[in-house]
Amino acid sequence: MGPKKKKLGRGVAIVGAGMSRFGVFKEKASRDLFVDAFLAMKASVDRGVDVNAIEALYLGNLTSDLFEGQCHLAPIMADWIGMVPKPATRFEDACASGGVAMREAIIAIASGFYDLVLVGGVEKMSNLSTAQVTDTLAAAGDILYEAPSGFTFPGFYAAIATAYMHKYGAKVEHFMSVGLKNHRNGALNPKAQYQATIEDLMTRRIAKLKEKGGPVPAWRDVWDFLKDEEANPVVAWPMRLFDCSPITDGAACLLLAAEELAGSFTDKPVHIIGTGQGSGSAMHGREDVTSLEGARAAAAEAYQMAGVTPQDIKIAEVHDCFTSAEIIASEDLGLFGRGEASRAAFEGATALTGRRPINTSGGLKSKGHPIGASGVAQAVEIWTQMREEAGKRQVKNVDLALTHNVGATGGTCVVHIYERR
Amino acid sequence: MAAEREFTAASFNAFLNEKKLMASRCAKCNAVYLPPRPLCTSCYGADMEWVELKGRGKLTAYTVIAVGPMFMNEEGYDRDHRYCSGIVQMEEGPSISARVLEVDVKHPDAIKIGTPLEVCFLSRGEGESKKTFLAFRKTG
Repeated sequence: MGPKKKKLGRGVAIVGAGMSRFGVFKEKASRDLFVDAFLAMKASVDRGVDVNAIEALYLGNLTSDLFEGQCHLAPIMADWIGMVPKPATRFEDACASGGVAMREAIIAIASGFYDLVLVGGVEKMSNLSTAQVTDTLAAAGDILYEAPSGFTFPGFYAAIATAYMHKYGAKVEHFMSVGLKNHRNGALNPKAQYQATIEDLMTRRIAKLKEKGGPVPAWRDVWDFLKDEEANPVVAWPMRLFDCSPITDGAACLLLAAEELAGSFTDKPVHIIGTGQGSGSAMHGREDVTSLEGARAAAAEAYQMAGVTPQDIKIAEVHDCFTSAEIIASEDLGLFGRGEASRAAFEGATALTGRRPINTSGGLKSKGHPIGASGVAQAVEIWTQMREEAGKRQVKNVDLALTHNVGATGGTCVVHIYERR
Repeated sequence: MAAEREFTAASFNAFLNEKKLMASRCAKCNAVYLPPRPLCTSCYGADMEWVELKGRGKLTAYTVIAVGPMFMNEEGYDRDHRYCSGIVQMEEGPSISARVLEVDVKHPDAIKIGTPLEVCFLSRGEGESKKTFLAFRKTG
């Protein structure tokens, strides 16, 4: 028996999507961020939605347990938006929690069990110090066999970067160019954590130093700024501050409906035509750390289900928790050849105006990375682009798009493919 | 002696305390597992035996960390005292995550992938609280 060709039992469409502002909001708990995202989603449903018609909540969240001392999060979210007593379930697969919640909701609707499901993702990270967040995230790796070596999450993706540089001759500037590009996109996204390009941040820093009357660094350009240990300190070499996604509070919501019912909510649904998921071992268990086996498996499943090829994809939101992650994601998805994505990114191929725009939202790097919300927020960006509502960051004619959401260093990988008809 | 121990992380760590890098080997298909596993994921046999590795390998990926986890901060590592973590492929085949010692952390770009390494053992504490971290340094 050969590998089974999977398909959705019936079509599934996004009929509403929204997210909270991403950032650091000391006064807001998970439930407050979630309500913000829910209201944004509700406002996006062209013909409106009755909350009582929503049959279930599928929630992505890494660890409100450790971040807020609150487990059992899903029913609280359901209660705060008035969904009780409908079923509410939390999904945890590290940074892929949101993507997995979405996939499980798709499968439930495709099976005929539900017609209308709310997918949510939320993470409230800023209650903890940076050191505490570092340790909390490390719990998503192999705590017995990876943690004792001193690896951190930036460390894992830095090791991926050194292996990639060795294999393909890539330069640190290639990784930095991903951060530059994602900040440019994020500066055009009113929901993003950083409303600024790295060039803006450099200019502000110079102005601040002048104001203080201190010596102004002799940065000739943004590359000098990015290589300055003071301005852009190493976190785990070669990953520096501007190679790393930030600590973020935020939430995102999608309303998924059976395709045959989509017309009662909107004339402009976004159809989900492919879903794929894969898993992977600890990093030291892989033949080659410059590619994620689970991402390749997830992409293969999603492309086959959708009946499309990487060449057909107009834009992609990929999991750029670190700049090296975006490079290898672009290759695992077949958007660029092996060893080619680093140079392509450096040359602008993945910019808004490039031949293959990646992370038009600003990505995790600039939009922010509230862990459990990220996979859901990726789909919010595709919804926004496909409906031509992305304002200054709008890409023309986005009729086919993809999202790629990774848990930890590739332990879980989820890929979705979207179509505008 | 070794055969009596279960194929667990607790056993692996107890061996590290004895300065032994131990893997598990499938008695049926000879696949070697580091970290040791109780179940062979090549042939799905559950008849494992302990095998001591020679402790030689090469560096396949690395990073020099400036912002470490709290237990490393407590060891005195910080932005001004950085350390190297890496993945080491053993001569016997499998790879493992470990500390990499005696490399120039001030010049991380000069650390070479492919560098031959040998195992060393970083022990902390005594008696019941003794814990040994796996590390490697340049051969020779």
